[in-house]
Amino acid sequence: MTPLSSQATPLDTGWDIEQKEVLNALGRRQGIDRWFSWLALLAVVFSLFVLVVLLVDVLIDGVPVLNWNFFTSFPSRRPAEAGIISALVGTIWVMVLVALFTFPIGVGAGIFLEEFVPDSWLARAIEINISNLAGVPSIIYGLLGLQVFVRILFPITQGRSVLSGALTLALLVLPIVIIATRESLRSIPSSLRQAGFALGATRWQVVRSHVFPLALPGILTGVILALSRAIGETAPLITIGALTYIPFLPDLSLRGLQSPFTVLPIQIYNWVSRPQADFHALAAGAIIVLMVILLLMNATAIYLRNRFQK
Amino acid sequence: MTTNSLPPDPNNLWQPSRGLNKWVERAVIWLFGLFAIISVATTVGIVLSLLFETIEFFQVVSLWNFLTDRQWTPLFSNPQYGILVLLSATFLTSLIALLVAVPLGLLSAIYLSEYASPKLRKWLKPALEILAGVPTVVYGYFALLLVTPFLQLFIPQLGGFNALSAGIVMGIAITPLIASLSEDAIYAVPSALRDGSYALGLTKRETIFGVVLPAALSGIVASIILAVSRAVGETMIVALAAGLNPRLGLNPFVPVMTMTAYIVQVSLGDTPAGSIAFQSIFAVGMTLFLLTLIFNIISFWFVRKFRETYE
Amino acid sequence: MTTNSVSQVATEAALRAKNVNVYYGSSLAVRDVSLDIFKHEITAFIGPSGCGKSTLLRCFNRTNDLITGARVEGKVMFQGTDLYAKDIDPVYVRRRIGMVFQKPNPFTKSIYENIAFAARINGYKGDMDELVENSLRRAALWDEVKDKLKQSGLSLSGGQQQRLCIARTIAIEPEVILMDEPCSALDPISTLQIEELMKELESRYTIVIVTHNMQQASRISDKTAFFNAEAVGAGNKVGYLVEYGDTEQVFNEPIEQATQDYVSGRFG
Repeated sequence: MTPLSSQATPLDTGWDIEQKEVLNALGRRQGIDRWFSWLALLAVVFSLFVLVVLLVDVLIDGVPVLNWNFFTSFPSRRPAEAGIISALVGTIWVMVLVALFTFPIGVGAGIFLEEFVPDSWLARAIEINISNLAGVPSIIYGLLGLQVFVRILFPITQGRSVLSGALTLALLVLPIVIIATRESLRSIPSSLRQAGFALGATRWQVVRSHVFPLALPGILTGVILALSRAIGETAPLITIGALTYIPFLPDLSLRGLQSPFTVLPIQIYNWVSRPQADFHALAAGAIIVLMVILLLMNATAIYLRNRFQK
Repeated sequence: MTTNSLPPDPNNLWQPSRGLNKWVERAVIWLFGLFAIISVATTVGIVLSLLFETIEFFQVVSLWNFLTDRQWTPLFSNPQYGILVLLSATFLTSLIALLVAVPLGLLSAIYLSEYASPKLRKWLKPALEILAGVPTVVYGYFALLLVTPFLQLFIPQLGGFNALSAGIVMGIAITPLIASLSEDAIYAVPSALRDGSYALGLTKRETIFGVVLPAALSGIVASIILAVSRAVGETMIVALAAGLNPRLGLNPFVPVMTMTAYIVQVSLGDTPAGSIAFQSIFAVGMTLFLLTLIFNIISFWFVRKFRETYE
Repeated sequence: MTTNSVSQVATEAALRAKNVNVYYGSSLAVRDVSLDIFKHEITAFIGPSGCGKSTLLRCFNRTNDLITGARVEGKVMFQGTDLYAKDIDPVYVRRRIGMVFQKPNPFTKSIYENIAFAARINGYKGDMDELVENSLRRAALWDEVKDKLKQSGLSLSGGQQQRLCIARTIAIEPEVILMDEPCSALDPISTLQIEELMKELESRYTIVIVTHNMQQASRISDKTAFFNAEAVGAGNKVGYLVEYGDTEQVFNEPIEQATQDYVSGRFG
């Protein structure tokens, strides 16, 4: 490096203006800089590498079991005959039910907080409450579900049923939907609301016909993310006692709501925790199915977000 | 005679159902208000459902014994409920997780906000989000069937179930949380501070360590505490990979049982409601809830402190 | 030293810009500026906003490097050395040519550390307490903060913060101090204090100040450079040097009509 020529006299005695030494020291400092930037890059690369290893490992173990029987068979003690039909159907049941509960409730609560009582003590109190709920471990929701839905509301839910599971998960992901709704509504310019009021519409009419349709894509994105969180959850469903061995599919009726159930994560947990390698392969197969579902949902959410962001 | 000063519409074409509108408006407010209250009711429900069984539990087991016993043997004829045993396992797995997640997450956050080009950043952030979206049961599979056998190549005495691989994989799982929240904090540091540091002849790394990180400190601390809370409450990874052996101590190579793993174990068994074992999972749940609540409150406080500095 | 012959020729010029063009991305921001900044003088850059005076200032210590897409053409010389030569480390340039910014930007550290921090990293071997005290004294801040050196730099008032930023800059003994509208965020009393401070510092440093305030330029500077901007294309402005000379001459007998108009307040 070329030294910069110095003014004749250094001004303070403490400074070592000897060019060479300063430049050498700077060379060392820049060396540490380079080393550190590589380390930081390495951290990111390592995290992504782990993701890749995880996916490849699951694919290698799981792809061989993915055949028609795997999708159409009930679980079995014999690995060769076991499949995920009841878990897959259970996951779909739970997903639909959670969507049915969280969409109206979460969106309604979001609209109430954002459109009817913004900046009130109630909105603030609920906001703090929601951010606290987000930090509660999911297994605690399981204990709540066990007490409230499985035991207290037994006459309605018939205990450890798909209804109890869906209600538990709905409470777990409700904050996600409420927050997404509020953020989405907040992004709608208020001039639109004033235009509606100027035409003599009530607040609800304005929200329903002017604001809500514009906010819908953002809300749907939030709902999808909430659902993908819900169908990946295992712990709360174990706590409320979702069974693993379900050799039947729930009826498409009210009675179906009250039947015992299993879902993909629970089936995966069960198969992983068995000692035999054959079951581990089944678990890997079920993981592939679960991850594909999650990926599709996330892709939909991203598509919605990009498409309506204009 | 009407008090309305506007003349009546002679043709009667405009008949807004004002009465109906008002009624709908009121119904909507009440219904949606009720929905909003559900989130508050959830909190109350959690506290109450934990509280009732916990009170029952402590009528049989004294709080003193719960806090000081050094054994956790709920199924013995002379059962002992020393929460320290489960706490030590939770502490151990969380500690290992943080030893992995804090450096990985912080370095990733620094790379994303200070080094990566905007284009690269646009790709890396969603990739980290995928990592955050992987269900924990999948991480459990990974810990038990891939990481443990891999580590056993280097550590022959490592058990098939152990705190080490559960902790490491949990660390990977919470890395995106630390990375994303810390990145927000680092990104929010005004660039004027960086300029000030560069103008004094400091290098990029010196600027990051000397100026940017200290300025973002409370936000970073908040993200780490939130990660602690997540690690303490994490269930599936430890239930699958750390084992179900209540053991007091901090040996990472042997099977242990965390608080969450205990709740899973009892839930999987056929424990009748009302029994002391059933009540014990609520006492453990209460401990877990209070612990995470404390961490969340501290984290909240740090976030607010961070905001106060810049807003 | 290979560059001796050059620096002999330009003994009095601390900084020299020669045919400098600055681009942001593909748009030209500053066009063809050539001027010399002389040692131990205060040089003021004045002109309407968007005329590129801050942009040019940032070329002198390579802080433009920090803006993505910024590009400098032409030569910027510091005591005869090309600052943009391949083997020049911008970190070293900035260590020798300090900068004070428009908005006070003290670090989120104690007052003491705000000064000691960079000195320590830059390898200061002397007594740190002494350095901190001397720097604060020279920045006319010592009496106000001597009892609260451990307090955060952010706890000071705006004018004090700016003087703290000047103190931390002079603590590492740069040869040139660039000031980018250092008083624009301050009240009149703080502004006056900083102007007095600059006059004190002039004997030891070369100072370049960008200012919107013509009175300020005429009060404190020895030389003044007047920049103007002209519109090119849609919304783009390109700045160029109109006139450069002794402050007295530029303000009282400007050569160019545009300078005359600006200093007499007809536009800007």
